[in-house]
Order: sequence, then C-alpha cells, then structure tokens
Amino acid sequence: MTERENILARVREALRNPAPRPGAHDESHATEALEQPISRWLPKVGNSFEERLALFKSNAEGLKAVFHMVKDQEEMVARLGTIRDAEGWKRAATHKGQLTDAVAAKLGLPTILTDAGYDVNSLEQSGVGITECDALIAQTGSVLVTSKSAGGRALSVLPPHHVVLARKEQLLADLPGAFELLTKRYGTSYPSFISFITGPSRTGDIERILVLGAHGPKKLTILCF
Amino acid sequence: MSGFATQFKTDATRLTRDLKHRTLIQTAMGKYNVVRKKSAGEFQDWQSARRAASGIKWDAVNHLDTHLEQLTAKLEARGTKVHWASTGVQARKIILDIIAEKKARSIIKSKAMTAEEIHLNEAMEKAGYEVVESDLGEFIVQLRKEPPYHIVFPAMHLSRDDISELFTKELGSAPTREPEELTMIARRVLRSKYITADVGITGANFAIAETGMISITENEGNARLTAALPKTMITLVGIEKVLPHMADLALFLPMLATAGTGQALTCYNSMYGGPRQPGECDGPEEWHVVLLDNHRTELLADAEQRDALHCIRCGACLNACPIYKNVGGHTYGTTYQGPIGSVITPHLRGLQNWKHLSFASSLCGACTETCPVKIDLHHHLLQNRRNAAAEKPVWWEKIAFKGFAFVANRRWTWRWGIRVGSWLQPLHPLVKGTVLDPMRPWTKTREFPPLAKETFKDYWKKRNDRA
Repeated sequence: MTERENILARVREALRNPAPRPGAHDESHATEALEQPISRWLPKVGNSFEERLALFKSNAEGLKAVFHMVKDQEEMVARLGTIRDAEGWKRAATHKGQLTDAVAAKLGLPTILTDAGYDVNSLEQSGVGITECDALIAQTGSVLVTSKSAGGRALSVLPPHHVVLARKEQLLADLPGAFELLTKRYGTSYPSFISFITGPSRTGDIERILVLGAHGPKKLTILCF
Repeated sequence: MSGFATQFKTDATRLTRDLKHRTLIQTAMGKYNVVRKKSAGEFQDWQSARRAASGIKWDAVNHLDTHLEQLTAKLEARGTKVHWASTGVQARKIILDIIAEKKARSIIKSKAMTAEEIHLNEAMEKAGYEVVESDLGEFIVQLRKEPPYHIVFPAMHLSRDDISELFTKELGSAPTREPEELTMIARRVLRSKYITADVGITGANFAIAETGMISITENEGNARLTAALPKTMITLVGIEKVLPHMADLALFLPMLATAGTGQALTCYNSMYGGPRQPGECDGPEEWHVVLLDNHRTELLADAEQRDALHCIRCGACLNACPIYKNVGGHTYGTTYQGPIGSVITPHLRGLQNWKHLSFASSLCGACTETCPVKIDLHHHLLQNRRNAAAEKPVWWEKIAFKGFAFVANRRWTWRWGIRVGSWLQPLHPLVKGTVLDPMRPWTKTREFPPLAKETFKDYWKKRNDRA
C-alpha cells in the first residue's frame, strides 16, 4: 500500500466511531449559526457606497496605508509624480493593464514590466511597484490582488513601496463578497496566487511594538478614482 | 515521574520567580488583550461566529477522507505534486529527496509549526544545507538555537536588548534599542537570502478542498517572498488543515486574525493554487505539497477529543492561560505549548511521558472560552488525566484514594479526622516546608487555611440546643 492509502485507511477507520456534534459540551450552543450567511456575524459595513468608501478609508488609514480618492487619471498621475519626487524614485516597476499603462508611462522613469518575466535584482531595486487590483474591501480596508490582476507574485511585495491603482466601482462591501467575486470572475481557472493585502508589511515580533516594512513594502498607497 | 515531567517542574519553578520574564510576558499579553477585545467587539456576533466556525471544522474533520481526496485531485490537476507522509521521518525524507534532486544549496523557510514538529531544520542542516528562517521572530530564535517560545509570537520572551546583543554577536551589527532598526537589520540580511535561495519551504494555515488551494496568513511578507522567488516551493501541511470551501475563509481569516494577534485581518492572506501557471510571469516552477499525519489519525480515532483537530493554531488559549503566563512557553518542552499543546502532545508523543501536562492547568476554562473554534480544551485535560490513570494506575494514588473514600464515606471517621486535624495543625509550622511535612509539595509555596475550632455540625447542634 502507498502512504496515501495507509493514511486514508487510518482516517476511515478512525471516523467509524462518530464524534459528538459541536456544542455537545455547551448547552448555549444554537445550531442556527450554521445556517445563516457568514456576513451576519462579521463586522458591520454600511449600506450606501459613501458609507463603505468612508469605512474603507478609515480602515486603510488605521493600518497606516495611504488612501487618496482622486478625480480622474490625470490627478492620479499628478499624485504619483509628487510621491516620486518626495521619495526620489530612480526606477519603477509595473505590469501591463489599462490603468497602469495610462499612468506609469507618464512617470518619466525607466520602468520594468513584469509581464514577460523580469530580473529579480532590478525589481528589488525599483523604488516602487505599481499594480492594479481585483477589488477593494471596505470591511477590512484590504486590497484583493491576484497574479493576474497585479503583475505576478513578487511585484506587489518586493519593492519598498506598493502603489495600487483602483476604480471606485471595484469597492466591495465585505469578505464574503470578495470570495463571490473571485468565483464569478475566474470560474475554476484561478490564478495561482490570490492575496488580500491589508496595510503595509508589518511585524510586532520585538516586544509587540509595531514596525512597518518587515519584509514586504514599508508603504502602501491606494489611489482610486 | 517521566524525565519530561521533572524538567517541566524544574523550569516552571525557575521561571515563575523570574521577574524579567514575567514583565515581558505580562506586557505582551496586556497589549494583546486590548486589541483582541476591540477586534472581537467589531464582529456583529462573535459567539455565533465561533459556533459557525466550529460547525465548519466539525464537517471538515469528520469527513476528512473525502476532503483530502478532493484536495489532492484539485492540487494535482494544476500541476502540484502531492506527497503523503505517515511519520515525521517520512516527511523529512520526502523533503530532503526533493532538495537533493534539485541540487539545492540554500533554503529559505517561512514559519511552519509542522516543520518544528518534525525537526525539519535540524535534518536539513545535518544534511549540509543552509536553512534560513525568514519570519523575524523565528529568525531570532533560530540564531539563539532555541525552539519558538509561542506558536504565534516565537520571540515573545526576549527584550529588545537581548535581541540587539544577539544581532551584534551573530550578525556583527551595531547595538541599538530601536525595534525598527533591529527589524531593518534582519530585513537586510534576509533580502539577499530570498533572491539566492533555491528552495522555499512554507507551512499552511488552511487547505481548501473545493479549489485545491493552500492559504497562508502572515504579517511580514516573508511567506509571500518565499512563495514567489525560489524555483522550487515545498509546503508542509498537517492533514487536519482542510476546509471544505474557499468561501469558508471569509469567516476563518478574520477570526484567526482576531484570536491570534487581535488584528481585524492579518496583513497578507494569500491563497496558492499551483506552481506558476501558463501565462504567469513568476512563482515556482515546481510546487510540492507534503500532507503530514504524524499521529493525527490517532487523535482522530479518539471521538471524545477529535475536536482538538479543529485547532487553527491561533495561540489564543496560550494567551488566556494563567499557567502559560507563569511558566512560559519553553517550560512545556513541546512543539505546541499552552492548553492546546497539553491536550494534543500526549496523543502525538505518548500519554505516559506527557500526562503531567494535563495537570498544568487550573481548570479555569479560560482556554475553552477563548477558543475561536470552541475546542473543549479543559475537559480534554481531564479526559487525559482519566485515560492516563486507567492505562497505567499509580499504586500509591489508588491506596490514597481508597483511604480518602474510607474516611469520607463514614460519619465517625470524617468527624474524627477533622478533629485530629485541628489538634495537629498548631504543630504544623514546626515541620512546614521540610521533608517531615506530609503536605510539602503543596505547602512549600502556599498557606494552609486554619481549620475551624468548631465544625459547622457542632455549631448547628449547639444552636439548636440553645433554642
């Protein structure tokens, strides 16, 4: 027998003896929790777009991400130019996409595109990684990216600053909505990497004191129009 | 008493008196408690969320065979190689064989408690490979050649000065008191390792049967880099990690964050559904998922304690436990510490050697109350005590309990016992704490309350006589 068969045989043998249903030790255990949609238990999100946008902004800023609602692509370019000058970017990295094409070209910097493969060292030395995303999630202030929407696995984590370009139509209310979107958008051919990015990289491993930029980006900026 | 029990007692006695240790742990736990309360409070109904989560886990674990088969089929359909390991020895061999086949030299690792469980690092180092832990806390304890102190906060027991001193000695950096600078020192050292590593090894928080995905939760980005840059990726997963559906994560990700660190959501929650797919620009060329049993099926066979396999390794029970907070993580001498470790270690590593952990509990139930998936932790500790005694009775305990039953079941012996006790008690200070003291293990660190001069029975009788 292979180890696979051995393990599965042990599992089946073990399961012949049924275990008590959850709540057997707890009389207050109501089973209705199992039948309700998950969103009922999760943190509240508002009903209107404005409420959700405000929630996204306050969540993202609470996590020390920067969020700007801008008028149009032109203002997006201007905002990005300001950050470029302030941080002295020498090189940018991005991927092909409707928004990234329109914005990154106007930065006037040597730019790496990750789409057709890239040199890891050059990507690591880029001042910024600019990506699009699949969605913004109001409930948690997260950005949902995939290897398809955000130029692969490394672009959004290797450079020291990650800038996300988004449209306000991409704002979703909550996490269950985000998983619905993933299923609807990709069917069964999911990109090999999907990630909820919730604020810049962080650690509390030294005396539980928050430090940003543990291994990933020190800064996360979300520009939305 | 097993050697493990003796070691537990010695270390516990030392650490409960270590004031520096105490201050560090109390500060860290204090901070955790504040944010955890706030995050759980943001839920519309945290208690119902716990019920729902425990229901989903029950389904996952009680249909484990079906879920494992589905998971494997889905993973393989997208080019992932799935391996099965009954034991730690087998898992180590599978991983070492992959590394050897790839002619790898350096290995980058992100945090994985399953790898600690099977002592993977030691095995790889012994085979001559360079292995670097990339999670900051794990990196620190690796430099100190220590096991993690806590399943979520591996370096909780160290102060910034300890870490600065360690970095100066091991990495040659200038001493500093700034956590930010210390983090940046580690960042610089590790950056080059990601880029040059041939193999990346990760653990897993959840394995999604429906879609064939591994979900990894982290704050630092080290697991993302480990899964993005090396050409070969290996993921070590305990078989109990399955969740039936991808959408279950909408509940489990925020609950894990809240219970684990008090965050609303951890910084990166990533789902991996294969090696680099056609049309993708990066990611490993090969991905190996190793499914590990290592005595989990034995725990599965114990229907009474099967829910211990619901554990999502959030560490909340450690943080709630008065014993953990006093004796510290290393005292347990186990991979998994605290209440969950005390429950599962006897199953994973032998009941008789580890039964003392069932007594490392005040049975206050704080662990059961805090557990996001409602594992009946403190009752399982009692069941382990019962099972240990039934499997291998201790002769003097049997006699002692028979004696107690004899005295307590008869009115005259009970009354007589109490009276003699109250006569003898004034003499107790003469022997208290010495080898002559029959209650020495208890009275060494505690005061025995004075027995009343008059029993309630006597008082009641007198009162009625007066009336």
